[in-house]
Amino acid sequence: MPAQVITITSGKGGVGKTTAVANIAVALASEGSRVVCIDGDIGLRNLDVILGLENRIVYDIVDVIEGRCRLKQAMIRDKKLPELYLIPAAQTRDKNAVSPSDMNRLIKDLRNDFDFVLIDSPAGIERGFKNAIAAADRVLIVTNPEVSAVRDADRVIGILESEEKGPGSLIINRLNPTLVKNHDMLSADDVLDLLAIELIGIVPEDENVIIGSNRGAPVAFDTKSRAGQAFRNIAKRLRGETVPFLNLDSNDGFWQRLQRLAGRK
Amino acid sequence: MNETNSLIQIKGLRDGLLVSLDDAPWEEQRAALLTQVDGQPAFFQGARLALDVSSQVLHVNEMVALRDQLSERGISLWAVISESPTTEKTAQLLGLATRISKPRPEEGRKFAVEDLGEETALFLHRTLRSGTRIEFSGHVVVLGDVNPGAEIVSDANVMVWGRLRGMVHAGAKGNRKAVICALELSPMQLRIADEVSAALRPQENPRPEIVRINKDGKLQAELWSPG
Repeated sequence: MPAQVITITSGKGGVGKTTAVANIAVALASEGSRVVCIDGDIGLRNLDVILGLENRIVYDIVDVIEGRCRLKQAMIRDKKLPELYLIPAAQTRDKNAVSPSDMNRLIKDLRNDFDFVLIDSPAGIERGFKNAIAAADRVLIVTNPEVSAVRDADRVIGILESEEKGPGSLIINRLNPTLVKNHDMLSADDVLDLLAIELIGIVPEDENVIIGSNRGAPVAFDTKSRAGQAFRNIAKRLRGETVPFLNLDSNDGFWQRLQRLAGRK
Repeated sequence: MNETNSLIQIKGLRDGLLVSLDDAPWEEQRAALLTQVDGQPAFFQGARLALDVSSQVLHVNEMVALRDQLSERGISLWAVISESPTTEKTAQLLGLATRISKPRPEEGRKFAVEDLGEETALFLHRTLRSGTRIEFSGHVVVLGDVNPGAEIVSDANVMVWGRLRGMVHAGAKGNRKAVICALELSPMQLRIADEVSAALRPQENPRPEIVRINKDGKLQAELWSPG
């Protein structure tokens, strides 16, 4: 079966797109899927850092597109997971070095060799974003439970709808159940209420995420971490499994409602 | 204009160039295009190019050759438009677009309705998301939500059968009798004619409300009830 091409985007920067890509990729590959991640943030690459593969980069995506190397030469194999590859972004070029049709060609060559192609989109809604969604079969939108991130996610969903890429699925990242309980943070319900799209995961705030990113060992490897568990659950859902949402809160009524919302396809 | 140039027409689009070719033999066309490009390298450098080849039948190797030649000159070919199904298929095979810039109905759409004025309504059965702007000379009816960051500008009335959380300007050409109504009213800002009201506080128990200009010339919301 040809690969499913999934783009992870957000509109706003700093909400955790790259972390989400790294963790979902690790979780998918740990379960035996063949995965390749593409860093679409040309000029500001960092997916390689989070995956701990920075020192292995020889060629990057722009080298492939401009014909300086073969596709296979730019694909870096993960240290621990033999079925996980990264195609890094170029650090010394900008978004205009790649066009949507370049992305389509590149991904066409990858489709037959992998189960999942994950594309890390840059923030914003300009060229880099357009490149990142050009070949997507499915789009995941990452947001934080805060007003500005949700506003940008809403804008991105609107653009995806007009580009016929579907409304996408939502990841709510860095939810803090204590703050929500004290009404100091938007709840997952508030976010879903506004965006009205399918929910694919809620990732709780967890300091292990930052620690993992800095060490180049994504938190999805950590079986004790709640955030790691949340990312592993997202990966399972992408593989078509039905997984209940983590119980981050003791308030059952609220979570049952959330599960109902998420089950609605 | 010399002879080679008459074979091709170049137009600027919003996001690149559109080059239209005649039905002359392909080799001549290709040569004419490249001559044109080489004559004005500064103009073409870095351009996004869409090619309209009318009924020309192109096969993969021809299209690849052209794409590469353009790419060597710093031009990215992103779309090939053709009446020939073979050419279209070829373009799709290479991952090129076969239509240029689909109209983007979501963003900044203006609806022109001549002479009907306020007696016409625009019915939108969807949620208006952030970044959407609807301008219309008649009434606007939305069956869905108006999210924060979305804008509706109407010369007449605006009715939202859903949650109104964005910006609405009714009676935009100065009609002070215009009204705005919604099932749940918690907008960023409302305007009727030239009166402006800042955000209304979201209510505990939302109820349908209607906003109009009151006797004092200020915007006022009240329960929206029949009659």
